[in-house]
Amino acid sequence: MEKWLEELQSLLPEGRVLTSLADRHSYSFDASFGEHLPDAVVQVKEKLEVADVLKLANRYKVPVHPRGSGTCLSGGPLPVHGGIVLDMSQFPAVIDLSPRDLTVKVTPSVLTGNINKAAEKHGLMYAPDPSSAHVATIGGNLAENSGGPRGLKYGVTKDHVLGLEVVTPEGEMIKTGGQTIKNVTGIDLTKLIVGSEGTLGVIVGATLKLMPKPPAVQTIMVAFDEVRKAGEAISQTLTSGILPAKMEFMDQACIVAVENFQPVGLPVDAAAVIIIELDGHPETLRVERGLIEEIMEEMGAKEIIIPKSDEEAAKLWHARKQVSPAIAKIKPTKVSEDATVPRSKIPDFMDRLELIKEKYGLEVVAFGHAGDGNLHPNILCDKRNVEEMKLVEKAVEDMFQAALDLGGTLSGEHGIGTMKAPFMELELGEIGLDMMKRIKDSWDPNGILNPGKVFPEKGQKLVLHHD
Amino acid sequence: MTSSLKERLNYDKTFDCVQCGYCLPACPTYETMEKETHSPRGRINLVKMVAEGKASVEDLKEPIEKCLGCMACTTVCPTNVQYGEIFEGAKRVIDEERPRRLVEDFLFQSFFPSSKWMSTLGNATWLYQKSGLQKVSQRFGLTKRAPLQIHEFEAALPSMPTPKKRRRERVDRYVRKRPAVAKIGFFKGCVMDSVFFETNQNTVELLLRSGAEVVFPEAQTCCGALHAHTGKVDQSVELAKRNIEAFEEEGFDYIVNNAGGCGARLVEYAHLFDEGTEWYERAERFVDRVRDISEVLVGLDGLAFEKELSRTVTYQPSCHLRNVQKVTSEPLDLIKRIPGVELRELERPEFCCGSAGVYNIVNYEDAMDILDVKMQDVCGTGAGGVVTSNPGCQLQMKLGVEREGLQMEAVHLVDLLMEADPRPKW
Repeated sequence: MEKWLEELQSLLPEGRVLTSLADRHSYSFDASFGEHLPDAVVQVKEKLEVADVLKLANRYKVPVHPRGSGTCLSGGPLPVHGGIVLDMSQFPAVIDLSPRDLTVKVTPSVLTGNINKAAEKHGLMYAPDPSSAHVATIGGNLAENSGGPRGLKYGVTKDHVLGLEVVTPEGEMIKTGGQTIKNVTGIDLTKLIVGSEGTLGVIVGATLKLMPKPPAVQTIMVAFDEVRKAGEAISQTLTSGILPAKMEFMDQACIVAVENFQPVGLPVDAAAVIIIELDGHPETLRVERGLIEEIMEEMGAKEIIIPKSDEEAAKLWHARKQVSPAIAKIKPTKVSEDATVPRSKIPDFMDRLELIKEKYGLEVVAFGHAGDGNLHPNILCDKRNVEEMKLVEKAVEDMFQAALDLGGTLSGEHGIGTMKAPFMELELGEIGLDMMKRIKDSWDPNGILNPGKVFPEKGQKLVLHHD
Repeated sequence: MTSSLKERLNYDKTFDCVQCGYCLPACPTYETMEKETHSPRGRINLVKMVAEGKASVEDLKEPIEKCLGCMACTTVCPTNVQYGEIFEGAKRVIDEERPRRLVEDFLFQSFFPSSKWMSTLGNATWLYQKSGLQKVSQRFGLTKRAPLQIHEFEAALPSMPTPKKRRRERVDRYVRKRPAVAKIGFFKGCVMDSVFFETNQNTVELLLRSGAEVVFPEAQTCCGALHAHTGKVDQSVELAKRNIEAFEEEGFDYIVNNAGGCGARLVEYAHLFDEGTEWYERAERFVDRVRDISEVLVGLDGLAFEKELSRTVTYQPSCHLRNVQKVTSEPLDLIKRIPGVELRELERPEFCCGSAGVYNIVNYEDAMDILDVKMQDVCGTGAGGVVTSNPGCQLQMKLGVEREGLQMEAVHLVDLLMEADPRPKW
């Protein structure tokens, strides 16, 4: 056995350093693409253990890849350079609410959905709502800066963090930010670490911002017979003085996939639907609902559906959640992107997607948080088909280029990870990327924390096929 | 073996898993064993790795053997992964690579399928309890020295009627004078008809009072669940054929059983055969008529409960009834109909009790960890009794009650219904 591994085992209680092949394979993947076998999986349950592991890793120059529940869609926790997977999911889960401060302190292993559940008991809410909130850990959400449908009105994870407890790549404990709503003391390290995808530190605690839970919600579904009309209707709504909490888009392929999978009565003959959620006081909702109905009619909506009960509304939202799994039924491999464009450019982006789809003859579907310009184009393919996968690589590249041409960005909420790293320079420019890299190098001089993510390696290209 | 390892492991089916992880919060072993290796997603990935030659069957063994097979993951899986088939394929491959054991072969080839043996088991249980042997061996701690913690389970066994009583009370055909509202073929189950004989009798009684006619087809045999769970797929197929045949003899409206585990096997008979074959068609016709007793009692709606039982109960659904047969509301509905019974539902009824066929005997420690989680939930309800819908769950809940040092009863739904003195409505 290698010396570092022996020492690692003596550092931690028995049974918390996993080295069997079965265990290593079980932490070799996430919900994205690719599989990388680590040398060991370490399950930490205390802050000091995290520090100890990182100190050891620095001494032996062993890579450490932090991981929550492994629901990442961009490859954040993949041990691309072997070494250690640092499993944070078994850390004791603590939710410490301060309703009078409208804040909550959490440990990294807490499931994001549970924070909102705890907050709701006090009439509060934790706004970020990624689809995987019932499985994903807040540690992973912070590292990846996760979003969710409510991002349209409330922003993404970074907009709700007041302070962090972090173990630095060299194994030192620091605190960033604090517990106050206003805090401008020094450079904002909190925002630097949130979304750094585990490259600048391991988050071991966080203080999050809560907000009052809106007293009521109203769901509206609108069907269109042209995709472009749907895109224009979104822009029109958002410039009319109304800010819905969610505005979700599904194209026809997604509608059909959901109906084939778990029928809920979506209009399968529509080219696209938008599902809107308004939140606020019931009086306001009544007025806003009327306004939206007017806008949609003006924009040539095919059908406007107002659910008659909470259960009916829940069904529609459930259908939206089912899109991602349902489209996986079309073909076994799903290459999911989250390129984001300025909201006004949504119709143009949709046109570009259509062109890419035709150019490569691939199965491309689109759904997502169209209200904030964060569309999820998905390519459905079969990773066992090498030729097809090579086409997919090219199509993905074209998609990123399209988003950037329209003034957008590579990732709205999933993070860069491994797959988008080769395109970083396209968006940031050489110097921009280098400034980012300099921060990384000064925080992590030995480059042991989550190497292979965010920053492209020399000559790295997007590779989805195995020859 | 003619088919390849990839085929036998259902390799193609593993691609339905998109590794989203939505199954993790539903998996009892992921919760108690705290490792992705013991999660549905981890297990499916390992099956894939073994099929691709990146890991060995030996690597797969522990993670698969520690799976309860409760199928809670399949109820939350967004891509409808056929976990049951992947799991059984893996069990089969593991079983094929294992050196044969005589006792096990006897158990699965002769013991479970044989009603004679099962009846002997019932007699032996009765003799053991009535002869004082139970007291003697308990006193001297004999059962404690037995392997596999048998002592824990034998304390939970129900009191057995005498062999004579069992012979006297059982006929194979309960015909009605009035026209019957339904003709029922009763699937008696091995353990149910020996160790839980009274529960079977009560089931028949409830059906009769609901206005149905009940027949015990003579040629029926073990459902094959235990065989399938331990990888003996071929034997499981044989047993399925015999049951399909046995229940074809008469035109039954329903094929009724009262053990969640057996029922789950029966409803999956069609999966054992290739689509388009004659056996597949026959299996489908069989499956279409399979019902849990609770479904039929709710459907017939022929009972009025006369006696008020003053007690609070909670309901622990059998995983196989809930997750495989998808029967969820009927048992609750029946409990609510009993006058004087207050139902306090569990917070996490979907969480397995750890019984899982022979899991609690083979993986005792792990099963107890899971039972501890369950008992916390049970105690939290403040109920005075637990109602179950499967013999294994009932024994496990009794064990749980005992381990917690509680005064609480664990009863089969059917027995509770009978206690409330149901009368025909008509």
